[in-house]
Amino acid sequence: MVAEDALRVVRCGGSALRGARAVFSADSKQVGLGAGAAALGGYLLCASGDFVKVYSVNTEETLRLMGGHADLVTGIQLNPHNHMQLYSSSLDGTIKLWDFMDGILIKTFSVGSKLLALYTVASAEDSVFVVIPKKGERDTFQLVSVKLTKGAGQDLESKELSVVLDGVGASMKHIAFGREGAYVGSVEGVNLQVYFFKQKLLNRFSLSTVKTKGGDNRFSCVMCHPTEDCIATGHADGKIRLWRNFHHKKEYTYSTLHWHHDIVMDLAFSVEGTRLLSGGVESVLVQWHNESSCQKDFLPRLGSPIEYISMSSDGTLCCTLHTDNRITIINSNLRFSRSIQGLIKSRDVKTGLVVDPRTKALVLNGEPGHLQFYSLQSDQQLFSLDIVQRQYIHEAGLKQSDLVKVAFSAQGTWLATVEESEEVTDPELQLKLWFYHEEAQSFQLNTRINTPHDNHITDMCFRDMDELGDDSIILVTTGRDCVFKVWVMVEDTDPEAQQSVSWTCDFVGSYHNYQATNCCFSEDGSLLAVSFEETVTVWDSLTWDLKCTFCHPPGNIRKICFGRLTCSKYLIGATDYGFLCCWNLLTCALEWSAHLNVVVLQPDPLSEHIAAVSWLSKESSLFVFKPNEPRPVYIQRNLCKEKILLAAFVPRDEPEMISSEKYLWLRKSQLFFLTDTQELMTLSTKSLEERLTPSSKQLAVEESLPVTPFSLLLGKHRRQQAQEDTDLGKPIVHNKQEQASPAVKELLHTPAHVLPSASFLCTIFINSLLISKENKSAEEVADEVEMESEKAEDDSDEEDVTAMEQEDTSHVELLGEMTCKLSKSQEKELRKIRKMDYSWISAF
Amino acid sequence: MAAYKPVVVQACPKLGERITQDTLYWRGYKTPVQIKEFGAVNKIDFSPAPPYNYAVTASSRIHIYGRYSQEPIKTFSRFREAAYCATYRDDGRLLAAGSEEGSVCLFDVGGKAPLRQFEGHTKPVHVVGFLSDKYRIFSGGDDYSSALWDIPSASEIISYSEHTDYVRCGCASKVNADVFITGSYDHTVKLFDARTKSSVLTIEHGHPVESVLLFPSGGLLVSAGGRYVKVWDVLKGGQLLVSLKNHHKTVTCLCLNSSGQRLLSGSLDRHVKIYSTTSYKVVHSFNYATSILSLALSPEDETIVVGMTNGVLNVKHRKPEEKNENSQKKRQPAYRTYMKGRTYMPKQEDFCVSKPVKRVLRKYDKLLRSFESSKALDAVLEPPIMLHTPEVTVAVMQELHRRGTLRSALAGRDEKQVNLLLTFVARRVIEPRFTPVLVTVADMITDIYHPVVGQSAVVDKQFLKLKEAVGKEIDYQEELLEVLGMMDALFATFTKKRDTSLEENKSNGVTEIIETNRSY
Repeated sequence: MVAEDALRVVRCGGSALRGARAVFSADSKQVGLGAGAAALGGYLLCASGDFVKVYSVNTEETLRLMGGHADLVTGIQLNPHNHMQLYSSSLDGTIKLWDFMDGILIKTFSVGSKLLALYTVASAEDSVFVVIPKKGERDTFQLVSVKLTKGAGQDLESKELSVVLDGVGASMKHIAFGREGAYVGSVEGVNLQVYFFKQKLLNRFSLSTVKTKGGDNRFSCVMCHPTEDCIATGHADGKIRLWRNFHHKKEYTYSTLHWHHDIVMDLAFSVEGTRLLSGGVESVLVQWHNESSCQKDFLPRLGSPIEYISMSSDGTLCCTLHTDNRITIINSNLRFSRSIQGLIKSRDVKTGLVVDPRTKALVLNGEPGHLQFYSLQSDQQLFSLDIVQRQYIHEAGLKQSDLVKVAFSAQGTWLATVEESEEVTDPELQLKLWFYHEEAQSFQLNTRINTPHDNHITDMCFRDMDELGDDSIILVTTGRDCVFKVWVMVEDTDPEAQQSVSWTCDFVGSYHNYQATNCCFSEDGSLLAVSFEETVTVWDSLTWDLKCTFCHPPGNIRKICFGRLTCSKYLIGATDYGFLCCWNLLTCALEWSAHLNVVVLQPDPLSEHIAAVSWLSKESSLFVFKPNEPRPVYIQRNLCKEKILLAAFVPRDEPEMISSEKYLWLRKSQLFFLTDTQELMTLSTKSLEERLTPSSKQLAVEESLPVTPFSLLLGKHRRQQAQEDTDLGKPIVHNKQEQASPAVKELLHTPAHVLPSASFLCTIFINSLLISKENKSAEEVADEVEMESEKAEDDSDEEDVTAMEQEDTSHVELLGEMTCKLSKSQEKELRKIRKMDYSWISAF
Repeated sequence: MAAYKPVVVQACPKLGERITQDTLYWRGYKTPVQIKEFGAVNKIDFSPAPPYNYAVTASSRIHIYGRYSQEPIKTFSRFREAAYCATYRDDGRLLAAGSEEGSVCLFDVGGKAPLRQFEGHTKPVHVVGFLSDKYRIFSGGDDYSSALWDIPSASEIISYSEHTDYVRCGCASKVNADVFITGSYDHTVKLFDARTKSSVLTIEHGHPVESVLLFPSGGLLVSAGGRYVKVWDVLKGGQLLVSLKNHHKTVTCLCLNSSGQRLLSGSLDRHVKIYSTTSYKVVHSFNYATSILSLALSPEDETIVVGMTNGVLNVKHRKPEEKNENSQKKRQPAYRTYMKGRTYMPKQEDFCVSKPVKRVLRKYDKLLRSFESSKALDAVLEPPIMLHTPEVTVAVMQELHRRGTLRSALAGRDEKQVNLLLTFVARRVIEPRFTPVLVTVADMITDIYHPVVGQSAVVDKQFLKLKEAVGKEIDYQEELLEVLGMMDALFATFTKKRDTSLEENKSNGVTEIIETNRSY
């Protein structure tokens, strides 16, 4: 344990996968049998923030995280000359060459300027193409080829640049290389440039800039046909144009395909070039056959807008990268295969970070209208719960209804969700209560309440009481309609009703017609604190009487929480005027207050500690304190540059050993926080290397045979045989007599020309068969064991016999009466057979 | 990858009574037949033997009706004054009745003149009944006494004068031939054993007892009086089991159904309530036009006959059970092919390929999936959907609004379709659960079609209807708000402590929305 080490902020998930197109590893194993796609043991490489992630296509698992770049990775390409190597480019100005099977950084080439995209071409020896900003000009980029210097060291300088094209787009989608690297196409604005390397010819084509009716001619992406001279371009108005004959400046032609109603985000050709895939914000993958607009297939409802499309080199799989950080892998016949999803990026995390008490997963907004359960250990989405249960339509300007509040009961048996439409004046509110169904292992809708409040719901909490059982569960919601409501569970009296309980409103409380902003139950559930603008009111949860009020003017209350365990007599409140106050509930007086602009106030459920994150002058600072002493236990200034929006304590499975007094608050739970760029971070005492070690285990080259239907059948048959054997009470013998008996084994394995005559062998053979059948169990076990010993030392006959005798005696002990059944004569015969068996071996 | 999610139709809890097995069962009667009698019907009794005729005692006559006859098939009219409580014997061949002049008459069902007349009571006899041995009759009269009569000898066996007020109801035990009970206006129910000289058990009902009933087992006793129906355990010495207060006027009659699972009570409040005899909860209730005096249920619950104070006899027959032979016949030819392979049990080594479940989408969902807004709206404006499940229509409208295509879906319709739309909106806009959506729809329709107002009389008429409906609703909401204000004031004076004891008025928001919509 690195106790002396400073606490470091560690990024633990949720970073954007959107840096570049994903790349399938070109696997040498081509499994062309029936179960081809499923059995294709390949890797999917993906740029994710500063890292390159390696996923297994089969298991969707993150196998490796390759870190080394200091800034966003902008492009990854396989080394065309070695398919086990990967080039990656980054904004930090380096190109790195990796062995992604072992996660080893082979070489680093520093180019010296920001790299915005990376392309490799098989025909270009020792050079790759990158997009760099043009020197001296802002927002102008050029495509250059970089000569990768050969050298012994790991860090090399590659300054040998030659400009190929000027005025290209910054995105990697704006440039595409033609078949065998013969030409390069680049789009920018309404211009298409094609440069032919051999002829050194540059052709420019322009579309009219005039926006026709509803049309927007700007190019959005470009892709080249793998075998023909054909360029496909996507446009902002949803059209796809297929350019041909672009060798000529004038006689070029293009045809138009139009299905998308909005911008075409990416295009991809199949390996043979017969199919063209396109995707856009509609989240529909469209497959065009033979470049004709009449024949097309769709894969609809992929969940979120498609950002990138990439094809595997053998053409069996294709994958789409979505704007919400999801990767979908799609079969060649346009069937959804599987999806890899980490922390799904939603536009706005309104629900906050909530921890599911059952799975310890982090719960927050997922795809629109869904709640994602994100496992912190595996950096994967456990499942996504559809809350809104409505068809999501991707269209700009539509008012979507989305999830805004989530609360779990202490045991995780109840989940309350609030959804509202985006309309400001008349939010369409729904409060839903979900019950965890043990058999189905998922949440099922129990009660739906339309318009629980007349205005937006600001906060919601359950009364957390472990010991009092189910009846004590109470839900409190606060709303901008100046009331808080108490919801209780009622049992349905009608025996024929489908469910035994439902929820209903029990009490409506208000305070001087102020908007209710926050609510919180004390640890024992006896008190409810509700903040109304500037005032915190404390209510008795049994009689719903107002007990006392606190306020710290000026400034509205932003967050409130009760102290826990030994500090349960304190109530903490943060005002938006920059004060953190602690009130004593026994004396009803202010205990202490501090001047701190608290954005996040998060109590640890397992200890007295409370974490407060402040936001001051463009940096977030973390303060951890106990309510009974105003001096913080721990301060970390400049936690991160981005604004921290949300935080949550996640209980550890087992308390971590932390020797340092300073970090004792991290013993029982771990603090996670989410920044406004949607990166999930945590605080860790371990160093980066330590954290990475478990994940950087050796990649097992998947040697196991693919699971074909035939192998399945065979395996099943074998298993069944084994089953039958055990059923009959026999010990399992692998391959019956032929191999179990050494005589037969030798008979079969010895070359025919060295064998004695068949007549001599015949008796041995028959005898061995006869005896082993007469005394099944003991004989066969003996045979087997004997086989092993025979392998070890098969030179001497005598030794073997003695060894076998030993074995036999041991078996007598082991098997008891079973071997007692062996008659003396049989035993004798057996031994005789043994001797006979090996006499002929010693002969040669 | 997610599949298409169908439109969520907001199910809303059905208000009013919940449909249970009981409601279905008790609703299975035809529309009633009304028969006018000469006076208030004080007793209806079904013959226990087929063909289950029933005797109706009203005024000075006893009418016997056949099962489906609307006219009496027989009449006993030998009474000078009112007759009371005509009751069949167990075999359905004898009929006993009390009379105003104090005699108990015994009739043969086939004859006309009384077979026997038992004289002894000095005041009108309101209750008579056969003991279960068939040879004795008990009676109770306004002279506070109850007596036991021997049929063969036409003599009084014993007379009990223990009640201190009129004896108005009684019942004989079915399991013991010597036991009968009487209920009296002195608030008591007494249990007599013919073998003893005094009552065996006295139960204090607390109100003048109008009707008593013994369960077939003889262990439970039901008494009705005042607004209460009380159930007593006789075997435990008259312990009160349950007291039911479901009527708001005097309960006048009680009756068990044929299975003994349900108890029926009729009351002056014009209701018949049906209780489950296991939970003693009301499982169903019938409404009648006037106060109910008597009530009877035929064997197998075939017929419910209710007698009223105004002399009307209300007869309900059970509907014949529907048989679905047609649906079975259809399937028969295909049975073999249909069942082929169905019975095959997969063996252990068999690899089961499960058939993918085909999701059935409604027509509007299919159209919405392919973004055909106008057609989807057309699909839900078809009469069956629009009339019976307006929530589906509204849900699709809401979905279209959410997609931002509602306006284009509403536009470009001809006179007939606009008429249809406006009819729907004008009719449903006042329903609180539809109001928010339909107000938007109404807004859009007026926006789109205001240039063509005046071109079609039909559409103009619908616009006026809409305006009227909205105007009415606004008036209604204003009234409600007034009431709410008054109640607030009242509550404020009652409770000082609780600041918000009232649930907020749900329709508050509704009024505001509608007011913006006034300018048609």
